[in-house]
Amino acid sequence: MSTLSYTSPTTVEAAVSALAGANGGAKVLSGGTDLLVQLRSGRSRPEMFVDVKRIPGLIGVREENGGFVIGAATPCVLIGEHRALQQAWPGVVEAARLIGSTQVQGRATLAGNLCNASPAADSVPAMIAARATCTVAGPSGRREAPVEAIATGPGRTSLARGELLIEFRLPKRPPRSADAYLRFIPRTEMDIAVVGAAVNLTLDPSGTCTEARVVLGAVAPTAVLVPDGAAALVGRRLDSDTLSRLDAAARRACVPITDKRGTIEFRTQVAGVLARRAATIACTRAGER
Amino acid sequence: MTVIGTREHLKVVGTRPIRPDGVDKVTGRAAFGADLALPGMLVGKVKRSPHAHARILSIDVEKARALPGVKAVITAADLPEIPSEESFVGEGPMNFRDLSRNCMARGKALYEGHAVAAVAATSGAIADAALDLIEVEYEPLPHVLDVEAAMAADAPLLHEDLFTQGVEPAPSQPSNIAKRIQFSLGDLAAGFQAAEVVLERRYTTRPVHQAYIEPHACVASAAADGQCQIWCSSQGQFMVRAYCAKLLDMPISSIRVTPAEIGGGFGGKTLVYLEPLALALAKQSGRPVKMVMTREEVFRATGPTSGAAVEVKLGATRAGKITAAQAVLKYQAGAFPGSPVQPGCMAAFAMYDLENVSITGYDVVCNRPKVAAYRAPGAPIASFAVETCLDELARTLGMDPIALREKNAARDGTRTAYGPTFRDIGYVETLQAAKDHPHLRTPLGPNQGRGIASGFWFNVGGESTAEVHINEDGTAVVVSGNPDIGGSRASLAMMAAEVLGIPVDRVRPIVGDTSSIGFSFLTGGSRVTFATGMAVVQAAEEVVSELTRRAAMIWDIGPESVEWTDGAAVPTGAHAGKFDPLPLAAIALKAGRTGGPISAKASINAQGAGPGFATHVCDVEVDPETGKVTILRYTAVQDVGRAIHPSYVEGQIQGGVAQGIGWALNEEYVYDGNGRLENPGFLDYRVPVASDLPMIEAVLVEVPNPRHPFGVRGVGEVPIVPPMAAVANAIHAAVGVRMTDLPMSPPRLLAAIERAGR
Amino acid sequence: MSKNHVSTTINGEPVEFLCETQQTLLDALRDELQLTGSKEGCSSGDCGACSVIVDGRLVCSCLMLAVEAEGRTIETIEGLARGDVLHPVQQKFLQAAALQCGFCTPGLLVAAKALLDRHPDPTETEARYWLAGNLCRCTGYDKVIRAVLEAGAEMRGE
Repeated sequence: MSTLSYTSPTTVEAAVSALAGANGGAKVLSGGTDLLVQLRSGRSRPEMFVDVKRIPGLIGVREENGGFVIGAATPCVLIGEHRALQQAWPGVVEAARLIGSTQVQGRATLAGNLCNASPAADSVPAMIAARATCTVAGPSGRREAPVEAIATGPGRTSLARGELLIEFRLPKRPPRSADAYLRFIPRTEMDIAVVGAAVNLTLDPSGTCTEARVVLGAVAPTAVLVPDGAAALVGRRLDSDTLSRLDAAARRACVPITDKRGTIEFRTQVAGVLARRAATIACTRAGER
Repeated sequence: MTVIGTREHLKVVGTRPIRPDGVDKVTGRAAFGADLALPGMLVGKVKRSPHAHARILSIDVEKARALPGVKAVITAADLPEIPSEESFVGEGPMNFRDLSRNCMARGKALYEGHAVAAVAATSGAIADAALDLIEVEYEPLPHVLDVEAAMAADAPLLHEDLFTQGVEPAPSQPSNIAKRIQFSLGDLAAGFQAAEVVLERRYTTRPVHQAYIEPHACVASAAADGQCQIWCSSQGQFMVRAYCAKLLDMPISSIRVTPAEIGGGFGGKTLVYLEPLALALAKQSGRPVKMVMTREEVFRATGPTSGAAVEVKLGATRAGKITAAQAVLKYQAGAFPGSPVQPGCMAAFAMYDLENVSITGYDVVCNRPKVAAYRAPGAPIASFAVETCLDELARTLGMDPIALREKNAARDGTRTAYGPTFRDIGYVETLQAAKDHPHLRTPLGPNQGRGIASGFWFNVGGESTAEVHINEDGTAVVVSGNPDIGGSRASLAMMAAEVLGIPVDRVRPIVGDTSSIGFSFLTGGSRVTFATGMAVVQAAEEVVSELTRRAAMIWDIGPESVEWTDGAAVPTGAHAGKFDPLPLAAIALKAGRTGGPISAKASINAQGAGPGFATHVCDVEVDPETGKVTILRYTAVQDVGRAIHPSYVEGQIQGGVAQGIGWALNEEYVYDGNGRLENPGFLDYRVPVASDLPMIEAVLVEVPNPRHPFGVRGVGEVPIVPPMAAVANAIHAAVGVRMTDLPMSPPRLLAAIERAGR
Repeated sequence: MSKNHVSTTINGEPVEFLCETQQTLLDALRDELQLTGSKEGCSSGDCGACSVIVDGRLVCSCLMLAVEAEGRTIETIEGLARGDVLHPVQQKFLQAAALQCGFCTPGLLVAAKALLDRHPDPTETEARYWLAGNLCRCTGYDKVIRAVLEAGAEMRGE
């Protein structure tokens, strides 16, 4: 029978202490939208929940040094309501806003989405494409890490015992930069992404791409950075030739599985399609900034 | 029987009053199956097989029994062994022995999720812990999931004693083919000889679940003298009573079943799963037991409808006259025989006037949950095949798909392949209304297409009892025995109000429990507004007769001189004008002095249910790079006989269409190599969500059924029959790809588009 | 095992209850407080039948632990009407026949109220996407969306 306990610390240090002291049986509870489902199904059998929502600073979005800091336990609905963030990082925001239903949006967090480490997590490709970093607090203090360093495989992270995410940082944007995230789902809502594609790019005044990051989701054990995709974009305008190369690069980067949500062939093909479409949207947005 | 009044004279029927149970449902007060709590109540849970097919070698429950808080444990050993008895269970054929074994496995687990034991404990957590302590020894066996694989000679055998019925000579070896059926008309060979165009196609579908949002739930209690009570969400409290009595070997009169509000059924709640177990646990423990399925259990262990393989062959002249039609339908029934292949066969060509027809059906078992009725059971699968094939025929002939159907349409006097002759049907009217609808003139853009398909359902009548009681203040109570799954309470009250001549808000409809009202066949088959409505009208008419008799007594005149008009007794003939009209309330006030309480009962076996027909028009847009389909617009034209409450008739049509679209596009069961279900939840069992659908235009055509006092036809099932073909035909129009396998999910459609070289 | 004591506000009233840690808010509402209006359809946050509003945000109560309700303000279906005066969404659902079996209705009504509180003039598409987390198997959503849009119009005084 369950001996599950619950604590709701009001400082980061107390949270670290609770996590470190529970012999691996403690889990961070932020939005709970993945954790509670896993608890119910028996997939997760924690001994303790450490609720981080009452720690000051863990919920909220603020501008800092031209960039943004997002508290790790900020529900996606708040992320969507931050105008300046949405302006600067439309791809990150639309990705966060795609996670689940309106009800899930009221609770789900970027930290939860990242640390649950589903290969199909919607917010992760866009955050990686954005070069987002996160602050990790643990028994040895705090450290910064790029978002792509966190998930190491389905359901697994690089976080040590006692560590938790405090906040995310998005860098300052050069002019004529924009990002976009698209996902493929069979319905219009309520599905886990079958494929996700994020493109973050910067254009020069003539419309030529000067830098780019292309990241795919749900086509590998973790979100996958596609350097060849970026290479296909950089130094070029977004014409059909560029898009073809991007499509091909995206397909080559896929190592998907066949499961109840999609086949290898389907995911590979659609990855190319979404990469093209996301790049087109990002390019249009960048041109408007 | 004549139809009461023309539209113009009806005061209540055809209007849209607020439904009587509405306020309870919008405030959260309405009590569904899981909402009841009784003092001392225990929580019951079921242990289920993890294997798709296995012999059960032993079950040891001692550790579970010993766990503090556990008050009862049962396995098949604690339940009576039910002998073989073929019957009609719920809405389909089933053997009572199979029903018993479906509720609790005996000797063999036949699907993943098959119940093998159950416990009742003082909390859900303890019940779960007790389940973990039950030790079951299995011998896993090879399993088979799909219908044609199960028909193969070397397929794993589910039942040693299953010999195919309907085959001559009778087979000497058992197989997984429970039954073969055949319907024929005319001379098929000659018909194909006369054809100038012949199309032969094969179609496959997957099992889909009714996916009601409310999981199965019940509370059962048993007193020491054997008197039992069950409160449950179901489509038929009399069915629950009968099946529990049968499965537990108890007299029917010792069980009282009260129907809770039901959160969706669509045929899936026309049989029992938990109720016999809850009752057995209640008897063993001496305390009430509540059992509620999780969503996962609903998917793993309750009846979806069949998956199927269907072959269709059509022959026609170049002018579009169908000269021969043949179909072979192979339906899988799940773990026990009883798929809806028979109604599927009967419905397949029912919309058409055909001389030469042959339909063959196979009922096949496999290691999946036992199939249960799902809205027009069997017909949607058959129509997907036939209506898609017809669309292809139309294109081959260069004919408009509606014109092809009109040329071959069943009309008054058409003889069906399964026997009866149609009378007073409205199929042609639906084709005409579809043709006239502005939808057909809406322009389409790139990658967009329009599909047409028709549908049919028999609708049934059957046994119903209704009582109408007049209260002392002139209000009325209408008691009947059918759970209300679609708004039938409102319609019953409206029909009673119309006959009594009083406002509908003075009529209170009640759904009675099995001890409070006479027998009623279950809610299903689109029968309640028809059959129970007929009983209500009959009872109300008897009440009206009695009221006129009482008025006559009050006036001291002969009863033949009194009429009932606008809710009041009016003197006629020689006494016309001699007395002021006597309203119902005034007569009610004097009931005691004129002979006693005024009420009437009607117990009938309603005959003359009129079949329903529909024609649907669907527009889709296909993304050719991903295979994703968007439903742009949908129009469903249906002959509804007479719409008692038009809003609820529209609602039935819209709901059926939505289910058909889900069946067409994304719903299916996904199994792993071990026969275990991979998507037992709403995340990956993909029913349509609000953003997936446009507004659904429901067009009500009224060709009254002359065999019902108000012209009612059943309406609830027809709407799910055409959508899969309508969507498939629209996809073909959009991207030139003919889908013959359901669901038409993006990976399948994209692969088909790629193969077609677009 | 000791239980957690929770103090919260539900439908405007201060409420206290005891619960085990693994009980969800939905479990507590239904089993500890007998507020059975919120329904359990799936327990995995996929159907919305358990929808409630917490501190002004629409959530699935099956995806919240009961202990997380400490100090929060919760609105359930039971609090939508004021006495016997129905909220416009409830009234419109009745008038427009936007329910059949009624099981998903409490969740839909709470979600619709949350929508109109925050977005008083939604388009049909916005309403559909907002309500995508509320499954309905009976209505095909047509009359539901109409009722929500009509309620919005009424609340805007049109």
